[in-house]
Amino acid sequence: MAWFQKTATKVKAKAPPVATKGEGLFHKCDACNEVVYKQEWEANFHVCRGCGHHEALPVRRRLEMVLDPNTFEELDTELAPADPLGFSDAKKYKDRVRSTFKNTGLRDAFVSGVGAIDGVKVSIGCFAFEFMGGSMGSVVGEKVTRIFDRAHDLRAPAIVFSSSGGARMQEGIFSLMQMAKTSAALHRFREVRKPYISVMLHPTTGGVAASFAWLGDVVIAEPKALIGFAGPRVIEQTIREKLPEGFQRSEFLLDHGMIDAIVPRPELRQKLSQLVQLLG
Amino acid sequence: MARTVYTLEFERPLLALEAKISELKQLSSGTSVDFTDEIGKLERKAKKLQAEIFRDLSRWQVVQLARHPNRPYTLDYLSSLFTDFVELEGDRRFAADRAIVSGFARFDGQPVLVIGHQKGRSTKENMLRNFGMPRPEGYRKARRLFDLADRFRRPIITFIDTPGAYPGIGAEERGQAEAIAVNLEVMASLGVPVISVVIGEGGSGGALGLGVANRILMLQYAWYNVISPESCSSILYRDASKAEKSADALKLTARDLSSFGIVDEIVEEAPGGAHRDGALTAQNVAAAVRRQLAELSKLSPEELVRDRYRKFRAMGVYASAG
Repeated sequence: MAWFQKTATKVKAKAPPVATKGEGLFHKCDACNEVVYKQEWEANFHVCRGCGHHEALPVRRRLEMVLDPNTFEELDTELAPADPLGFSDAKKYKDRVRSTFKNTGLRDAFVSGVGAIDGVKVSIGCFAFEFMGGSMGSVVGEKVTRIFDRAHDLRAPAIVFSSSGGARMQEGIFSLMQMAKTSAALHRFREVRKPYISVMLHPTTGGVAASFAWLGDVVIAEPKALIGFAGPRVIEQTIREKLPEGFQRSEFLLDHGMIDAIVPRPELRQKLSQLVQLLG
Repeated sequence: MARTVYTLEFERPLLALEAKISELKQLSSGTSVDFTDEIGKLERKAKKLQAEIFRDLSRWQVVQLARHPNRPYTLDYLSSLFTDFVELEGDRRFAADRAIVSGFARFDGQPVLVIGHQKGRSTKENMLRNFGMPRPEGYRKARRLFDLADRFRRPIITFIDTPGAYPGIGAEERGQAEAIAVNLEVMASLGVPVISVVIGEGGSGGALGLGVANRILMLQYAWYNVISPESCSSILYRDASKAEKSADALKLTARDLSSFGIVDEIVEEAPGGAHRDGALTAQNVAAAVRRQLAELSKLSPEELVRDRYRKFRAMGVYASAG
């Protein structure tokens, strides 16, 4: 008989808090791995000062970036996704929308309203890629349509920042028809002879690229954004070849005459201001 | 052209029965034995069986019918319903695209523009037609002809039948997305009646690029959606074999789209599907187009643009969060 009884207590090795020297103070660039002050990186609109890599910028931050301070008035905030098909895969569409709303604070993949750029009133909106890949269902289609309707009524320039995987599968035919709806609304807006400037961000593909995003009077892209009709994976599967380096990137599109300009993010506000004044 | 036999799984019992009937018919013509009663009985049975099979078709079965290689294609409708067809092929930019056929013709004697996707039946034809998957040139050719029809005030009839626009390197280099986008806007602007008939596959943006119409008609066993069931299931389940499930989830049949108010009229096909009797199906298409065209012809150019705008402006279902 043992004098002492071993009790099976598992010692949980809890790592002592390591001093990470200012966790949250630094940002490591996704592309070049350079570590920079986060504050400085944020002040540069999420663009790496070392290699110029553009990382995603939160949707409201982008609108603040291009608009005059305190001029943005968000509109159509009441619009929320319905579930016209009763769609369900591994997860119900309704639940997916609800959990995405919880995680992002966004009702859908688009934020829009009115604001001013150097005093010029504009009807403006921007995709939120973090909401289901920026996919376009009825809410996004309606909001984009209202941008053009509002620009028409105000006789103001329209600006849309796109970043989207395309039409939203979960709303089936309704998503597809948003392409036609937005394009028809855009056509109606043209009669007031004000510019529509489309800015394509990384990535812009599918039904968004194949409707209003490519219909800008001026089409601008951010550097190295992936832009095209079909996604690279679909093309590779179709042609059974690896795609060349840089295929479907902004620089490739510019070389092929498919867009008007590539504008680095820190210069975007100024370029938009010039354009709305030159054309508006 | 001789058409190869192509049988869908669910048609098999029906075709077996029909084979038996024709065998009996042959037998009775060679002998003095009278099989008339027997044949009549079997024919009634076949009719009943067909009705039973086609009453409860699954959505996936509809997709298979929509892809049946003996189904009438755009050129079949062109030869059976139109006269005086003059094909116009140039996009004036880069190349001819045979995945879309287009030109002016007469419908009931009236000059119209006809544009439609065209699939092939043989391998050789499919090489030429690229399986009905247009490149940007096809959409740009269509756009050029839309402009002509608008200027010469000719109504437009489009036939939609594509798995989708072609996803290739050249197509991307030359602006596939831009070409489709431009068509959506140009079609919205046309001051002439535009009628689209989905005759087989309505594969996403590649279909819509010919589909911004005043009236959207759809054959009974056609499908039309934002994505094909196979692509949908490879994204959702990472498994293209769950297409049957995806077809149900997407709700892509004429009946679905009519219940959503997207499709204006379902055109009934011949019993057993359009591939069983192309001529009868074409007559049904003609009757529907004739009716719609007569109504639209009463509208002025401005009213036609407004009518189309209002139609698409109303599409979409969303909630208002409090």
